[in-house]
Amino acid sequence: MISRREALIGGASLLAFTGIGTAGRATWAAGAPVSSGVPEGAAAEAELGTLAGKKPLIRLSHRPPNYETPVEYFKDVITPNDVFFVRYHHGHIPELTAAEWTCQIRGEGVEKPFTLSLASLKADFQSVEMVAVCQCSGNRRGLSKPHVPGVQWGYGAMGNAKWKGVRLKDVLTKAGLKGQTIEVAFNGADKAVMTGGPDFMKSLPVWKAMDENVLLVYEMNGAPLPHWNGFPVRLIVPGWTGTYWMKHLTTIEALTQPFNQFWMAPAYRIPQGKFPLVDRFISQETDAKTTPITEIVVNSLITSLTEGQKVTVGHPVEVKGIAWDAGYGIRTVEVSTDGGETWHRAVLGADLGRFSFKPWSHSFVPSKAGKHTVMVKATNPQGATQTFELVFNPAGYHNNVIETITIEAA
Amino acid sequence: MKTFLFAAVLLAAVPAMADETIQLKAGNGMEMVQSTCSACHSVDYIVMNSPFLDRAKWEASVVKMKKVFKAVIDDKDVPTIVDYLTAQYGPAK
Repeated sequence: MISRREALIGGASLLAFTGIGTAGRATWAAGAPVSSGVPEGAAAEAELGTLAGKKPLIRLSHRPPNYETPVEYFKDVITPNDVFFVRYHHGHIPELTAAEWTCQIRGEGVEKPFTLSLASLKADFQSVEMVAVCQCSGNRRGLSKPHVPGVQWGYGAMGNAKWKGVRLKDVLTKAGLKGQTIEVAFNGADKAVMTGGPDFMKSLPVWKAMDENVLLVYEMNGAPLPHWNGFPVRLIVPGWTGTYWMKHLTTIEALTQPFNQFWMAPAYRIPQGKFPLVDRFISQETDAKTTPITEIVVNSLITSLTEGQKVTVGHPVEVKGIAWDAGYGIRTVEVSTDGGETWHRAVLGADLGRFSFKPWSHSFVPSKAGKHTVMVKATNPQGATQTFELVFNPAGYHNNVIETITIEAA
Repeated sequence: MKTFLFAAVLLAAVPAMADETIQLKAGNGMEMVQSTCSACHSVDYIVMNSPFLDRAKWEASVVKMKKVFKAVIDDKDVPTIVDYLTAQYGPAK
């Protein structure tokens, strides 16, 4: 669990963050801590904005609402609900009620279609709790070089929460899954604004839908899901990017044919062969060049330092942060304080499960005045690690370039 | 005018997101861009995606909005919209 010390440091940093004097990675000119490297337009336009029930977050767009979490909040390994990022594809987002909510379990691939209520979801199935990272496929898209169109996210289109719900597998089993089922498709209550526009829907291969870690959740960090994070029930697919984590679930449909829709193709695709071997989604490999994005790539973030921060020669500097991957676990985190010449193993912190952020820390004493370039690199048990150069792709996905922060000792 | 009214109705229906006064740069076609694009999304999307999209990319974006998202855009208006976006939110010449 989070130590008291870390919690205190987190709290102190938030106070600092709400002030105006913080220098560093943040660009404060526009009034919001936008990551340096995002397009000029995004840096100028983004502001701290508040959605109902949320603290001020970095607003990238009003409608549909797209808000990212300022990096300062990742000092806590669990991301609080009121600062958890918000991402929507459509501006039409009904507010559902727990009492009226239902979800249809249906499709050619089930024997006994039925309707779920929130009460039956809680009463009739075994409950499961799990800590898992939800990361938007396009997290860090704004840092792509060259820039690519889309929501220009910096580092904060992600969060780590303790989710509570039931296994999708148990719900599908109750409906009686037929052998011919190839995919399971999900729809949520949000809708395209224009008639005929593509409703936001996604599918999973049946093997993934039956994975014991894939849940229908109704709680996040011990509270009902915030509206903006999928109230009352959302899907979580630990290890896979946020696109599959359908919010405000309304239908779950077992399919005997691949789901053919805009949000499966051409949207949310990565070029074949450019990224490490990951979970394949073979029934959606419908063209020779692209494949659906699936697993989160290994990544890390420095949370204790900001660009240009002043430190004192001869005094220890704490380099701290988080690392995560698709759930294989983080094997090592290495820190360099000399621009990548030498690397040191960081100390790994609390283990909240393999799908969680993993805290790490490394202390060093700057022995001479001047600039010190700090870098961090995580590696998982498969040996998958982060890249020094961006692996460019047209949608700006999977940016896990090793982070570099330069601090100044005097 | 029809799209503009539709946008107004939509804003009224979603008060949580209604505070979205974004002033686009003045220029030929600005009103058309404002009313057409804001029927579905706030126009901060345009500012956010600047100034790195050239004419071909802005055009691809407008065509995607029309063909995929069913934005109500007359074919004859597409060049005006693309000209405006390229001139005001394209790369510096």
